[in-house]
Amino acid sequence: MNIENRGTVRVENGRYRFNGKFHYAYPNNPIRNEDGKLMGVTNPRDVTHVHMYGGEAPFFEGLGKGKLLGTRCINPDCDANGSIFIPFRIHCPDCLSKNEIVDMTGTAQKGATVHTFMITERTGAFNTLPKPIRFVNVEFEGVPTILMGNLAIGEPKIGMKVVPIFNTVNPTYTILDLSWVPAGTDESELPEGFTFG
Amino acid sequence: MIKFSERQLKIPQMQQPVYLVTGGMSKFARSFPEKRTEELVIDSFVEASEFIDKSPAELKKYIHSCYYGHFADHFGDQLLGEAVIHDRLGLDPLGNVGIKTGGATGGSTLWEAFKAVASGYSDCVLAMGWERMDEVPTDEGNHYIASAADKDWETPLGHIYTGYYAVMAQKYWQVFGKEEESFRRTMAEIAVKNRGYARMNPHAQGPMKITVEDVLNSPVVANPLRALDCCLMSVGAACAILCDEKTAFELTDNPLLIYVSAGSHTLRVADRRDMEIPLLPNESPDQYTDLGERFPGGDRYPGFTGFLAARMAAYYGYGMAGIVDPTEDFDLVELHDAFTISDIQTYEDIGIRPYGEGRSYVESGDCYHTNPFTNQPGKLPANLSGGLIGNMHAVGATGIMQAIEVGQHIWGRWAEMHEDQSKWDRFGRTKPDDWTNLQVEDAKRGLAISHAGVGSHVTATILIHPDHQLI
Ligand SMILES: [Zn+2]
Repeated sequence: MNIENRGTVRVENGRYRFNGKFHYAYPNNPIRNEDGKLMGVTNPRDVTHVHMYGGEAPFFEGLGKGKLLGTRCINPDCDANGSIFIPFRIHCPDCLSKNEIVDMTGTAQKGATVHTFMITERTGAFNTLPKPIRFVNVEFEGVPTILMGNLAIGEPKIGMKVVPIFNTVNPTYTILDLSWVPAGTDESELPEGFTFG
Repeated sequence: MIKFSERQLKIPQMQQPVYLVTGGMSKFARSFPEKRTEELVIDSFVEASEFIDKSPAELKKYIHSCYYGHFADHFGDQLLGEAVIHDRLGLDPLGNVGIKTGGATGGSTLWEAFKAVASGYSDCVLAMGWERMDEVPTDEGNHYIASAADKDWETPLGHIYTGYYAVMAQKYWQVFGKEEESFRRTMAEIAVKNRGYARMNPHAQGPMKITVEDVLNSPVVANPLRALDCCLMSVGAACAILCDEKTAFELTDNPLLIYVSAGSHTLRVADRRDMEIPLLPNESPDQYTDLGERFPGGDRYPGFTGFLAARMAAYYGYGMAGIVDPTEDFDLVELHDAFTISDIQTYEDIGIRPYGEGRSYVESGDCYHTNPFTNQPGKLPANLSGGLIGNMHAVGATGIMQAIEVGQHIWGRWAEMHEDQSKWDRFGRTKPDDWTNLQVEDAKRGLAISHAGVGSHVTATILIHPDHQLI
């Protein structure tokens, strides 16, 4: 794989500063049938996209620091006033005012509950999670929504208590920096790079 | 808690009635190395023209605006693929627009076409849908499909949409199915039924003569779902022509009234907040008070077990068409059987059965063309086309295919469109020796449900013979 000089980006004075290569071109190839007749061509390409987190950036920065951040509507005139949102929502879905960030790490560590789960051997291209993947959807005390993640250790069961773990050693700054393990798991059992925060 | 305002619950109004005049579809298959998408699209348009004894050129002269359903730009590797198809159909310089709502793209295309006629903007419109999912290997295809989930919060988790969907199936299986072997077998029955009906359909990609045991012994995809519980990945096209009353009767003496409605729910299931169950006309406010007692864990609505978007599409659609009890008022349905278990969930969302009791629609035999217990016609046959499990799921075409199939029953022309030996020959498929006419006798009204992924978008298409209106 040609990843030398793979593109990186910085933001300076509100503008993108691109460095390195963002696309690699390769020759296409003909597709023929058993009689040698031309049917089509392959179209290879390798592209690096840029993606900005905007107001969600604190959430993804937080994971690498062992923090699970949610948000809360603080508009006194809103029906959803006081509602905590995980997934992190920048704006309240009801009144659209800017939510306040709340640290939910302690709530999650006290024990979150598996609402439902699913185990699959099937994955798509670009998957980096070990197989089988154990998807878990996690409920928190006082939170009306149910967060999706994966269980890194053990077998999931509806109603089981789980706690969050974080990729604090070498964060990817993606949702993959958050994972879940059964409550009571010892730190020595955690996957490489993960800690309790 | 989600609460709707009165205005949001208004039953949609039309400026004029809308009619389905004709429809057509291509052959459906896992791959078409020998054809471009435009060839499949033209196949479907030619079938629609011939269905009302018009040449394609004659039919085109009536079309005033065009609505194109094509979900996955990624798969086609062509942005504005709709404009390419529009040109190849020779429909420039008419206005056209692309529509994409995941698995519900076909239904949403009909929704847009319906509104264009209902508003009076156009007298005659084309709703055309297609999908091309064969031009990448399966694991890249899975990644592309997973890209329709939230790219920051979901897609990185396995790049596999099944993972985001099947957690809902797991919850339903445990809460409402109570993990019972009998429930598991009921799921399997749906797979057997739909693959069996697909055997009578020359367009169908996945016909199979199988048993419940075959389904239960097929490889596990994600417990409780097995390979034979899951729908197909397909290539193909389907189209429909919708008109106002005057134009409809110029084109045919037998157009059908059509109503299309839509609902939605969050793309991320994780964002879903609780609410009271919105009721359909055949439900009473007190009937769900003990749902959580009867089904422990089932008191959280819509939670991970109900498709709110389907419920809302049914609410708006039934209100428009005067449907009170879908089991009584419809003569057949085509449902979005992406998975056997989601089919059961949908029976409840759209009011064929109350929440918690979906399985009885199968177990009573009501969902069959011929009820296996009584040998009498099924009360409300479902997915006689073979559905997504037996016929196809060429995403942009699926909702349109379903509506055409329902229409062919109401027109009394189902056998004509499925029996013809020349069609079987043209598609290179062998007509089974025990080919059976699945025409629903005296079909007057029918429903098609088009559904996206975890239930982010759902449409309800209702077809009614004009002599059998309910309002
Ligand atoms: Zn608010």
